[in-house]
Amino acid sequence: MHSTADFALITHRQAQKTAIATMIAALALVAICFVTIHAGAIHIPPGTATRLIAQQLGLAPVDDSMQALRTILIEIRLPRIALGVLTGAGLAVAGVTLQGLFRNPLADPGLVGVSTGAATAAAAFIVLGWPLFEYLSAPVLRHALPIAAFVGGLLTTIAIYAVATREGRTDVATLLLAGVAINAMAAACIGLLVFLSSENELRDLNFWMLGSLNGVTWDRLVFVGPLILAATIALARFARHLNALLLGEIEARHLGFDVERTKRWMITLVALDVGAIVAMTGAIGFVGLLVPHLVRLMMGADHRTLYPLSALLGACLVLLADLFARTIVVPAELPIGIITSFLGGPFFLWLLLRQKAQGAF
Amino acid sequence: MLTANNITIMRGSRRILDQVSVAVRAGEFLAIVGPNGAGKSTLLHCLSGALEPDEGSVQLNGRPLSSWPARDLSRRRAVLTQSPSLGFAFTALQLVLIGRSPHMGSNPGRTDLRAAAAAMQETGIAHLAERSYLTLSGGERQRVHLARVLAQLYAEEASERYLLLDEPTNNLDLGHQHLALSAARRMTEQGVGVIAILHDPNHAVAYADRIHVLHRGRTYADGAVPDVMSEGLMREVFEVTARLLRDPQRDRPYIVLWPGSRPASINDHPPERRHACSLP
Repeated sequence: MHSTADFALITHRQAQKTAIATMIAALALVAICFVTIHAGAIHIPPGTATRLIAQQLGLAPVDDSMQALRTILIEIRLPRIALGVLTGAGLAVAGVTLQGLFRNPLADPGLVGVSTGAATAAAAFIVLGWPLFEYLSAPVLRHALPIAAFVGGLLTTIAIYAVATREGRTDVATLLLAGVAINAMAAACIGLLVFLSSENELRDLNFWMLGSLNGVTWDRLVFVGPLILAATIALARFARHLNALLLGEIEARHLGFDVERTKRWMITLVALDVGAIVAMTGAIGFVGLLVPHLVRLMMGADHRTLYPLSALLGACLVLLADLFARTIVVPAELPIGIITSFLGGPFFLWLLLRQKAQGAF
Repeated sequence: MLTANNITIMRGSRRILDQVSVAVRAGEFLAIVGPNGAGKSTLLHCLSGALEPDEGSVQLNGRPLSSWPARDLSRRRAVLTQSPSLGFAFTALQLVLIGRSPHMGSNPGRTDLRAAAAAMQETGIAHLAERSYLTLSGGERQRVHLARVLAQLYAEEASERYLLLDEPTNNLDLGHQHLALSAARRMTEQGVGVIAILHDPNHAVAYADRIHVLHRGRTYADGAVPDVMSEGLMREVFEVTARLLRDPQRDRPYIVLWPGSRPASINDHPPERRHACSLP
């Protein structure tokens, strides 16, 4: 392996491998969507689902005998799947970004406290924001919730960055300990808020701490969905910046990148992304840790590959976890965060042990 | 020409660098030497634009470094810092191609691949192209980073560029030390001005056109190798008793040290001077 032609071949092979992996992940996502449309507490046969969607799109005459199934499919299950896709992709991409930004593979929106910071702000807004409620109309209020979560996420991200980063180097121990502290404070705040609130104001503690895709409707998704999508796509445009940033901030600057501007954008976009997701789903843990790691193990560290594949696999993971959450204890439902944490917790421990064995932090 | 004019760096009330001026021309190899804590790395950080001097200015082609657009600058000068840390599994080739960032869009083109191939052959790591950085030894990693900065400056035809190297021979065995310095030396033939912090004065003597000696934050000497290198310099700056001999074949001096060259009776610098050179 010595000449330019050989290197062209290596690069070409890599690009091919990425393309194939992306295709497989996209197909997997389509297949999982297909399964999750039909499976659930109420089974909807494939033919019926197709007919109902066709009717909804005006491609076929509406058949009133299927009204109940139509409500379940169109009003409950489809928005939930859409939210699952956005949540999985958004959390995975936020994880990739935080790991690059902190130059450490252990960063995750949940572990370092961004998700819980956003959740606390959202819960506080619901419980303490009542003086505003009289003046604001219902749709404006719905939009104010993700904004509150965004502000909470932004403040937490800036805080942990300030605490854990000195001279462009991030100390992992400080980062994770700051996350522990923020998570503990957030849990206390949310607990207090739930205690103070009437039943209607906060659904429950589990929703904010463990997350759930339950109860999403199209009109809630209409504003937040595009926000998550836009933030996720915008983040993925920083792939080359992150590749350089992994070498160090000074090195990235020497390579011609505007590091300060990049960092500001990434922190804002992560806060927006995570804030919008948390406002809809509560804090779902470990997706941002689990997914990028699996992709790195298979495909290496290049962010141009990491971003799209993590987004696709994140969507797959959240859809599968949600399917599990809503079918395993029918007619009740588990918080999805229980499932992602069951998967993510041991995985995180394994990562810690492996890093310890390598002596690398 | 890359010039630093009377630059001073303060850390609190201490002067890490005191009115230091240094210049390197295109095609010239300048070695910066001096004992620990003399301010060598700080000077290099000023020359690279990573550190803004408290007094004085750094200019590239007569224009202040800070007024150069980042991308233009990164096409004209590359910097190898001391042991960049990296905990992610890039392959050696991917890392070298990151060096091409200033020149390419999202995917490497023919020129970028040629640059990577040339740089990796030059540093003897072409066979490691597909290996993960995390599995490489310290010396191999150092050569990957060297290849990355060589690739960053790669151009099809000679043009004015600058290569800043902070201890490029770190972690390298004897053969690879000379491989690395030879690679830098060859860059000068294509119009690249090289500034390298070197620890071994014999490296400076063998590869540099000019030596800049830093001592306690000040310029001790600056000039052509034969004019600057002397037994007196070795004694006063490095506090070693050395002998300067001449290599009759190359008509160049070389420095010989032996056990006891630096007796313990010589006092070290005052303690507050000794850990003085790191980035703020």
